[in-house]
Amino acid sequence: MKQFLFFVKKEFLHVWRDKRTMFILFGMPIMQILIFGFALTNEVKNTRIAILDNSKDETTAAIINQLQASRYFDVQETIQVNSELVPAFQAGNIKLAIVFPENFQEQLLHTHSAAVQLIGDATDPNTANTLINYASAIIIDYQSNLRNQIKFPYTIKTETRMLYNPQLKGSYNFVPGVMAMVLMLVCAMMTSISIVREKEMGTMEIILVSPIVPIRVVIAKMVPYFILSAVNIGSILLLSVYVLDVPIRGSLLLLVSECLLFTITVLALGLLISSIANSQQVAMLISLMGLFLPTIMLSGFMFPIENMPLGLRIFSNIVPAKWFYMIVRNIMIKGVGFEHVWKETLILIGMTVFFMVVSIKKFKTRLE
Amino acid sequence: MKVVSVKNIEKIFKVGKSTVTALRDISFEIEAGELFGLIGPDGSGKTTLFRILTTLMLADKGTASVDGFDVVNDYKQIRKRVGYMPGRFSLYQDLTVEENLSFFATLFNTSIEENYDLIKDIYVQIEKFKTRKAGALSGGMKQKLALSCALIHRPSVLFLDEPTTGVDAVSRKEFWDLLRNLQQQKITILVSTPYMDEASLCDRVALIQDGKILDIDSPKGITKKFNHPLWSAQADNMFKLLTDLKSLVEVNSCYPFGQEHHVTFKDVRESVNDMQARLHKLGHTSIKFKKIEAGIEDCFMDLMKG
Repeated sequence: MKQFLFFVKKEFLHVWRDKRTMFILFGMPIMQILIFGFALTNEVKNTRIAILDNSKDETTAAIINQLQASRYFDVQETIQVNSELVPAFQAGNIKLAIVFPENFQEQLLHTHSAAVQLIGDATDPNTANTLINYASAIIIDYQSNLRNQIKFPYTIKTETRMLYNPQLKGSYNFVPGVMAMVLMLVCAMMTSISIVREKEMGTMEIILVSPIVPIRVVIAKMVPYFILSAVNIGSILLLSVYVLDVPIRGSLLLLVSECLLFTITVLALGLLISSIANSQQVAMLISLMGLFLPTIMLSGFMFPIENMPLGLRIFSNIVPAKWFYMIVRNIMIKGVGFEHVWKETLILIGMTVFFMVVSIKKFKTRLE
Repeated sequence: MKVVSVKNIEKIFKVGKSTVTALRDISFEIEAGELFGLIGPDGSGKTTLFRILTTLMLADKGTASVDGFDVVNDYKQIRKRVGYMPGRFSLYQDLTVEENLSFFATLFNTSIEENYDLIKDIYVQIEKFKTRKAGALSGGMKQKLALSCALIHRPSVLFLDEPTTGVDAVSRKEFWDLLRNLQQQKITILVSTPYMDEASLCDRVALIQDGKILDIDSPKGITKKFNHPLWSAQADNMFKLLTDLKSLVEVNSCYPFGQEHHVTFKDVRESVNDMQARLHKLGHTSIKFKKIEAGIEDCFMDLMKG
């Protein structure tokens, strides 16, 4: 036991004395949360748009007013002729243009129907879609107000409610994702590198020629990273709640235990990598290509899995981060209890056991 | 009692599709308390043999035992009682001298205090740097720290793989003095080195080349077997002298040895005067021949020739 504790202490010293490791361990999670929270957002805010108003009547003025009043749009320039539209898009000044035809109000009042043209910059299709939707919504809103005044007898109104995240905040989505990413980085990459470093430096050679059971060496290496990950989980959750206003609706205890379970899963993965890799570079490459990329791409955090081709959908099932992401999202945002995440939890436990068994089996008591 | 016994050990490495035989049919025994040297050039198989004996590698053929335990079946027992210092400096560079030492003490379930008397002579020389990181030590200091770490659990057999490679001449001498002292403590020491001059400091040596043992004997015993007259030759143009000597039919062997060349003749009765005359004809000036005693290196060269 004393042997084991000293080993853990030694491991802490390694981490403590390496400034770069310290930065990756503690700087990265905070930076990622803040960057994702404030900079990398796909929400629409103050988008610059142009309006070509060929009619210039009360109705168009009212619609333009409503557009401008919303925090989504910033009416940048008023264009006088059609030919100015294309250059404005090309210069990148605007993302959306709204064109009212001549005699807009007259047509609306006499024929009960008028057309508005919405032109979006689909270089970024997602943003274009969102912008068009927002603009249409504002116009429809104006139209229904109009209807109420005229007392039109038959109308079907759709009422939308966005459950769990009414403001459609992006941070609700990425906090669980960033958590998975950070744990992957800290646990899998750092543990595998630190085990492989012992092989590379030749210290493994001396440790093997000693009475300590080799697998204990490895477990001792996992302990500091487990503790450091727990610290990271804490800081990410604190940042999410107090800086990004992401709620924790479910049980905090359940959430933290699920996070710790995932930490162990990833530690086991790191152990597996270290038993394959022979140099720190290889360990790093495997961690980045084999773990980090699937975590970002296939966990459902960046891109919805439902829209992927069948092959990728099947493949995503072996990405542990996918299950973790589902669990955390359900507990944090939906606020469900264990009865709704037990299946995912069981899958994670199964993966952990599998990785552990394989890596212990693969662990060499000799050099070759 | 035989502390180390090696029987018909063979080791083959696969390099891509071809194979390299690192050790061929190696057999020897080491007595308790002996300072045994494994002498051979780089790539002769010394490290491989050490790794087999320290249970880090499995041999393809043959058996070996250390301190009465089989290296394959009882490897756990061996790992408890041997000290191993690999050829490359393999301590934690980011830990201090003291942290390294106490780490290895704890690894073997002991403490620095418990066996301090054993490492005292070595450790006092680096103790003033005990708060310095191991990576910041000089080459000689690193070796002393590594030796302290290998000794801290009072091993019965000590394996030192090229401990003096890359260490300055003064530190090398100090290191060998330390080994002599350790021998007094009844520790069997197996040391490997590429330096032939260190062979005379061992009780017995094994000369190894290309994975084969050429000879095993005491250093004196080995040099005694060198049974033909050996001459050292000098002239003004040493480089030309070497090529000319090698080309003469009367010369059996000729190797450069620092300031002089060591020469043997095919005919033991060959006269030096005739030799000098021949070289004179080839244009050499101030040619000097001197009869000398053979050293280990001469024997090694001789054995290598077959």
